[in-house]
Amino acid sequence: MKALYFAWVREKIGKAEEEISPPGDVMTVAELIAWLSHRGDEYQDAFATGMVRVAIDRAHVKHDAMIARAAEIAFFPPMTGG
Amino acid sequence: MTLASGRCHVSVRVQAEPFEASTEARNLTQGRTDLGAIVTFTGLCRDEGGTLEALEIEHYPGMAEAEILSVAEEAQVRWPLEGITIVHRFGRILPGEPIVLVVTASAHRTEAFEAASFLMDYLKTRAPFWKRQHLADHSDGGWVAAKHQDDAAAEKWKG
Repeated sequence: MKALYFAWVREKIGKAEEEISPPGDVMTVAELIAWLSHRGDEYQDAFATGMVRVAIDRAHVKHDAMIARAAEIAFFPPMTGG
Repeated sequence: MTLASGRCHVSVRVQAEPFEASTEARNLTQGRTDLGAIVTFTGLCRDEGGTLEALEIEHYPGMAEAEILSVAEEAQVRWPLEGITIVHRFGRILPGEPIVLVVTASAHRTEAFEAASFLMDYLKTRAPFWKRQHLADHSDGGWVAAKHQDDAAAEKWKG
C-alpha cells in the first residue's frame, strides 16, 4: 500500500510518500503505526507524539480501524486549515 | 468540483490563487429570484501584530476536496440551503490575503448564518490543511498547533 505523510509528520520522517508492505499480522492502524515506529528513529519520533491522525483512502479513520483493503494510507497532524 | 444535489447547488474549490468573495457570491445568486439570504464569510491571513511574513498552507490533494464536499453535504441535511460555495487556498499566503471562503444561500437568514458557522467549524477540524508560519524576522515559525477551541467549536454542533 502507499503511505503518505503530511506537514510535520512528513518532515520528521523525511519523505512525502513510500510503498510499504506490512506483514499479515499487522491488521489495524495502531498496529501499523507500531510496525512503522520500529523502522527507525525518524518514524519513532513522528509517531511518539501520539498526535498523528490517519486517513485510509482519503477518509478519516480511528486507530482501531482495519487496514486490510487500504490502497492509500495517510498520516498527518491535527488539521489547522480554515 | 460542482454538484447539484436536490435544489442545493454546491461548489467546492481548492486552489493556490486568491479569490474574490463578491464574485463568488454573485455567481451563486445570479439569475435566482427565490433566495432570501446570502451569508459570505472570508477567513483572512493575519500578520500577528507584524510578526508574520507569510503562511504556507500544505494540503492533501483529493482528500481536501472530498472532505469539504462531505461537510457541505452534512450542512444540507441540517438546513434547507439553496446554495453553498466553499473555496480554500493552499501555498504561500500573505497577511491581508484571503485563505478560505464560505458562501451559503437560503430562503431565510437563520439557516444561512448557522450553516456558514457550522461549515467553518467543521472545515477547521476535518479538512486536511496545515499552516506553517514564516516570520517577519525570516525565522521559521513552525507549524501552527491545532487549537482546542476549534475542536470545541465543532463539538458543539453534535447532539
